[in-house]
Amino acid sequence: MTPFELLIAGVLVCGLAAVLLWPRNGIVARWRTSRERSTRSLLEDALKHLYDCEYRNIPCTLERLAGTLSISGEAAAKLILRLESMRLATRTERELRLTAEGRSYALRMIRVHRLWERYLADETNVAERDWHTEAEQQEHRISAEEADELARRLGNPLYDPHGDPIPSAAGSLPQQQGVPLTSLDRGVVARIVHLEDEPEALYAQLVAVGLGPGIQIRLINRTPDRIVFEANGEEIVLAPVVAANVFVLPLAAEKWSAVSHETLAHLNVGEQGMVVGLSPLCRGLQRRRLMDLGIVPGTMVEAEMRSPFGDPTSYKIRGASIALRKQQAELIYVSRKEKAA
Amino acid sequence: MKAHKPSTTEELIKTAQALRWEVGTELHDAAIESMYREAARIAQRVVSTKTAEPAARFDRTLDRLLTSRLFGFPIMFLMLGVVFWITIEGANVPSGFLSQLLVDTVHPALKEIGVSVGLPWWLNGFLFDGMYLAMAWVVSVMLPPMAIFFPLFTLLEDFGYLPRVAFNLDALFRRAGAHGKQALTMAMGYGCNAAAIVSTRIIDSPRERILAILTNNFSLCNGRWPTQILMATIFIGALVPPHLAGAVSAIAVVSVVLIGIVFTFLVSWGLSQTILKGEASMFSLELPPYRPPRLWQTLYTSVIDRTLIVLWRAVVWALPAGAVIWLVSNIHVGGQNLAHHIVEALDPVGILIGLNGVILLAYIIAIPANEIVIPTILMLTVLVTGITDVGSGAGVMFELETESATAAILHAGGWTLLTGINLMLFSLLHNPCSTTLYTIYKETGSAKWTWLSALLPLSLAFIVCFFTAQIGRLVGIG
Repeated sequence: MTPFELLIAGVLVCGLAAVLLWPRNGIVARWRTSRERSTRSLLEDALKHLYDCEYRNIPCTLERLAGTLSISGEAAAKLILRLESMRLATRTERELRLTAEGRSYALRMIRVHRLWERYLADETNVAERDWHTEAEQQEHRISAEEADELARRLGNPLYDPHGDPIPSAAGSLPQQQGVPLTSLDRGVVARIVHLEDEPEALYAQLVAVGLGPGIQIRLINRTPDRIVFEANGEEIVLAPVVAANVFVLPLAAEKWSAVSHETLAHLNVGEQGMVVGLSPLCRGLQRRRLMDLGIVPGTMVEAEMRSPFGDPTSYKIRGASIALRKQQAELIYVSRKEKAA
Repeated sequence: MKAHKPSTTEELIKTAQALRWEVGTELHDAAIESMYREAARIAQRVVSTKTAEPAARFDRTLDRLLTSRLFGFPIMFLMLGVVFWITIEGANVPSGFLSQLLVDTVHPALKEIGVSVGLPWWLNGFLFDGMYLAMAWVVSVMLPPMAIFFPLFTLLEDFGYLPRVAFNLDALFRRAGAHGKQALTMAMGYGCNAAAIVSTRIIDSPRERILAILTNNFSLCNGRWPTQILMATIFIGALVPPHLAGAVSAIAVVSVVLIGIVFTFLVSWGLSQTILKGEASMFSLELPPYRPPRLWQTLYTSVIDRTLIVLWRAVVWALPAGAVIWLVSNIHVGGQNLAHHIVEALDPVGILIGLNGVILLAYIIAIPANEIVIPTILMLTVLVTGITDVGSGAGVMFELETESATAAILHAGGWTLLTGINLMLFSLLHNPCSTTLYTIYKETGSAKWTWLSALLPLSLAFIVCFFTAQIGRLVGIG
């Protein structure tokens, strides 16, 4: 072959390999995910949905089930028959209910799902928008024993990163707390307890503005077409349809003034501040590391110098110079202190 | 009361389960906070500090200078440039001495002893031309530069300068998903990849450490610099008038180094988007106070921990490789030696990617150390082309005094400008030597990462060389 033909052939082979093997969108990756949607995972997803309906006190119908799992009504009917024959669910005229066995199965699935999300959030750098999808796949693969081992390694966490409680191995789950953000009155201070992670598009918006369980907010204004509130020291505006996916627990108003909303990233070189807390969004390895370095409430921190590119910045922390990236400094709340002369 | 008694344990567990939800998520944080509070209280009572003002002020001034926008990078390039210059210049003399001793004096002496005690020719060749010579070669070429580079590097580290380099460069590495300290392991890689793999221990975030390990190969190590310089002189420097040749070949070598840096960033970025997405990651970089380097301690640790350990591993690998090199050149099958058959089989693949069968075979059998690739190539070329007036016989590696003599052999072996360029690229991108791979296995404890660190660069080398070859032939330099 001539060099020219070889060149063309080389480009074609590389292109073909990319189309086949590209992560996520490649043909091999797609084929794998499609195989994952086996009968078993459908069955388990159906159980989860039924449990969710029970938890939220809404009747579960065939149409709703088919819609959630994005399958046809016919397939959903077949699925229900299978659930019944396995004694995991019963059907009355209008609605589907879980049997005791089905409920404990569903709780097990939810436990694995939320544990896995916790794991992704704490121990990996998988992007927040991918947590739910990855856990959706992983939950069908992990056995009960593996889930217990995972829970032990993570220190038996109570909540998933969206603020949902993780069922214990025995299957206990507390009542859901909190009210939608849309129901707060002007001036009320509250703490976020839960973000609804579906639908994905709305959840992505919440993540993008930096909201997460544990973050304090203060409602500034509420009109029929927008909700304005303060969080992380910034003013945030959300459409009511988005804000309805944020669940909060009202707090006493004086709690607000006690908390500073300036972060370490706001300090200029030469300025000092006192750490008042770590953001709830600072998780896992990162959080442990920062605390190990002595970044705990009460620690004095001084910004020492910035790298020539403007990031990272070096801080004097308990006698040591530690460089932190801007992204991390934004997770450390400080109250600014005038430097002692 | 009576009704409760039999179920006490159950009740207890139930209460515990219920309380679990009330304890909340702040427990771990609260524990650490109280530990610090308590530690601070005790420290305040029992620790007295001397005010070390002048030292701190000196540190501040030096930090401002070394990390300033204006001077930070020029100082960095100057420092690293001086370190490399001292290494290359300083290694020549001891390298020459060791080679004189181990290759030119001891090697013939050993063979003579072998003859006088009546060893058969094949055992004599196998032991001394194969195993001993490969080992001697590795020691004489590898030891001096490492023994100079590592102490210098460790002195800079001990003084406290290297963490500032990481601080200055972190923004670049952050964009590639890597850690600023990778700048240091990269720089270390210019000395020796195996030692650099060990040095990735300074990166305490698991994901970034794997990145640094997998991409370290793109830093040209000591063993590959001579190959680059030789190829650049023979094939690229020869294109321009003699008074420009030195400068042009230097530019060619620097370009290869830059291509290596580009690949480091690209591959780091690609890996952190794909395979390494799920690994744990975090960042913190301690900038220790400056202090006068401890000269003797530094010498001791860098010679023992870095140089000798790596050298030992290289020697252990060089012995069997030397044996293989000798065997393939001396075992005859069907009237031809084994090397001939293998080269013939590899030739189509080699030529497809702008190299040849001899080069591929040399890279396979000289896997213990890049230092012995060129001697092996020369030996094989002479063997395969049947040149009789140079070299020391089948399976005996050699190098020539002058570049023109080397060029003559390579031209006789059918090399062109394209072969030279592709060898430079292949030498930069191909899999790490077996010493480095073994070190990677030791450090990661994982066969998966070791395989990946061998196959990923190797396939990149094939792809890049393939496209370079086709384009080169289209523009008519092949």
